[in-house]
Amino acid sequence: MSLKRRSFLKGAAGGGAALATAAVVSAPAQARPNKVMPPQAVGLLYDSTLCVGCKACVAGCKEANDLPVDVSTPDALWDTPLDIGPKTFNVIKVYAEGTADTKDQEKNGFAFIKKSCMHCVDPSCVSVCPVTAMTKHPQTGIVEYNADACIGCRYCVASCPFGVPQSEFDTPTPKIMKCEMCKHRQAEGKIPMCAEVCPTGATIFGPIPALTEEINRRKAMKAGEANVFERRVIGSGDTHERPAAKYLDHVYGEKEVAGTQFRHMSAVSFTKLGYPELREQSYSSQSEGIQHSLYQGMIAPVVVLGGLVWAAKRASHIEDEHPEE
Amino acid sequence: MAKFHNEHEPLGGSLFSKTTVICAILALIAAVILAKRMVLGLGSVTNLNNGYPWGIWIVYDVVIGTAFACGGYAMAILCYVLNKGEYHPMVRPALLASAFGYTLGGISIVFDLGRWWNAWHILVPSYWNTGSVMFEVALCVMAYIVVLWIEFSPAILTKFGLKDSKKKLEKILFVFVALGVLLPSMHQSSLGTLLVVMGYQIHPLWQTPILPLLFLASAITMGFSIVVFEALLGASAFNRSVRHEMPQLAKLARIIQGMMVAYLVIRFGDIVVRGAIAELFTSGIRSLMFWIEIALFATPVVLFAKAENRMSKKALWIGACSLLLAGALYRLDAFLVAYQTGAGWSYFPSVQELLVTIGIIATEILLYVVFVRKFPVFYTHKLTPAELAAAHEK
Repeated sequence: MSLKRRSFLKGAAGGGAALATAAVVSAPAQARPNKVMPPQAVGLLYDSTLCVGCKACVAGCKEANDLPVDVSTPDALWDTPLDIGPKTFNVIKVYAEGTADTKDQEKNGFAFIKKSCMHCVDPSCVSVCPVTAMTKHPQTGIVEYNADACIGCRYCVASCPFGVPQSEFDTPTPKIMKCEMCKHRQAEGKIPMCAEVCPTGATIFGPIPALTEEINRRKAMKAGEANVFERRVIGSGDTHERPAAKYLDHVYGEKEVAGTQFRHMSAVSFTKLGYPELREQSYSSQSEGIQHSLYQGMIAPVVVLGGLVWAAKRASHIEDEHPEE
Repeated sequence: MAKFHNEHEPLGGSLFSKTTVICAILALIAAVILAKRMVLGLGSVTNLNNGYPWGIWIVYDVVIGTAFACGGYAMAILCYVLNKGEYHPMVRPALLASAFGYTLGGISIVFDLGRWWNAWHILVPSYWNTGSVMFEVALCVMAYIVVLWIEFSPAILTKFGLKDSKKKLEKILFVFVALGVLLPSMHQSSLGTLLVVMGYQIHPLWQTPILPLLFLASAITMGFSIVVFEALLGASAFNRSVRHEMPQLAKLARIIQGMMVAYLVIRFGDIVVRGAIAELFTSGIRSLMFWIEIALFATPVVLFAKAENRMSKKALWIGACSLLLAGALYRLDAFLVAYQTGAGWSYFPSVQELLVTIGIIATEILLYVVFVRKFPVFYTHKLTPAELAAAHEK
């Protein structure tokens, strides 16, 4: 008996160790590849160096998306959102250091930054949603939300690496609130409101290839030399001229978590501007990889179930009733 | 034809006691708070926010609660998969506690869902997102709740004298027993996988691609521990002798010990492989919480190494409690303490949130007491082990 038990324990320990080894060894190989940019992807480019902090985009976004005021002062008379939230899809923030004298300078300088949905190429919120309420449009790549499907589990809120989707908590019928790149305006042939109202072209809209070309054009500019910048949308012809800033090589959103359709250019490092340093592999590729390697086609679970049914049948002579001896 | 007797019998006795009355009051308080939540929204009773969208209702009621409810799962592995009939007497009480734990966990998810009226979408294929870990957890938990009640239903059928139905059910019960092992293996591991997608937002002492393995291993061990816990608690609460069950409890202690050695080796091995060793000491409160967890996990390893401790009720009690706390803290840490969601966010459950969780635990205890008094749950030990073995040999 004790021998049997010992061999059972040995077997269990050995099995556990084998399982653990398999898990550790296969872990890096488990991830699926990152998803790729949809064919007709559209996006936004925010150029911090062009932004003057007027917040026309913040007000415009509220109007376009029919959002309420978001007060943070005691008199409750201003729309003063401190960050994006269930009442605010888009904010402009400011980085300021030391004397904050010079624009687009890290030391004793200041810089603006826009925050709204990044419209990831391989979005976590879409990957995690159990009921397909978060979707990525197969053509435009806009990350969209469907409240009619949503069960309100808030996994999208928890998983987003940028903290973008936000739930309402002060109503019995809460929705997830986030920027959908003004998809309702785009359906009417218009562009997102934040790009529409921007007076300096700090936020411009366009297809991803055109935005990429524009990014490369700006990167090639010599700092201080006069250059032409477009407003609203690439190819609008509505231009103004001003000296180019000293751009960082790093364009935020080009590579982060498989890339995003909202790109940022700046002269001040993005960690200073509140954007996290992220790897190139998307988090959803890793978690879906684990799920798929375990559950692809439900083959493994069915095989295991077969074994379990056999084992349980073998042991099922254990019954509740016995003849009285 | 020989006369038959049942191996399991109701304990009988009065349903009114200090315990049941207090539990009923606590359950009522929770019900009132939940009614308020339904009318005014989650924000009216919880401290949930967009930095911490999951609070104690998810982390305790679901993640920890279902791990505590793994007794039925752990005993099914032992009794039916590994064919260890000697553990048979412990299966039914374990199944009952599991059925309540899971059912109430499932119910509490509904209250946590912002848009609960859409919850049925989980069952409709056109809504499915099969890559979502949450989808798998939700479907598996729903299915397992049904399976648990089917596994337990022979006790209910006996109570109402439905002998024929019980006979029919027992012929196919092995299929549900198999599902009762597969489903928790899937979702208990997936509760860990839930965090993988959160990436850098989970502190490196907890974030790892082997989260599913660590969650599964600790859940099964918690299952064995809760069986020990319930056997000892049940004995003292209902004045039953555990004399007959001591040899099996001792063996469970041995299994708990072995599994925890493996768990700790894997846990530390993984931290070394990922290069997170420095974080063991440099992450302030998170490092501290990690070491408290490890101390609790290690307690049964040390305690159950000695054969005499495995036969001591006191040592078994301490070891089982320690492991249960360890597994609970591991989950609490991974989901809340390790969650770094950005500056400016904080979360600690509100009093009303805590009262709901306490009310749910009270409901479980209350229902458990009612069931063991009214339904044939506990083993009678009328047969000697030798007779039992003979009866099982067919």
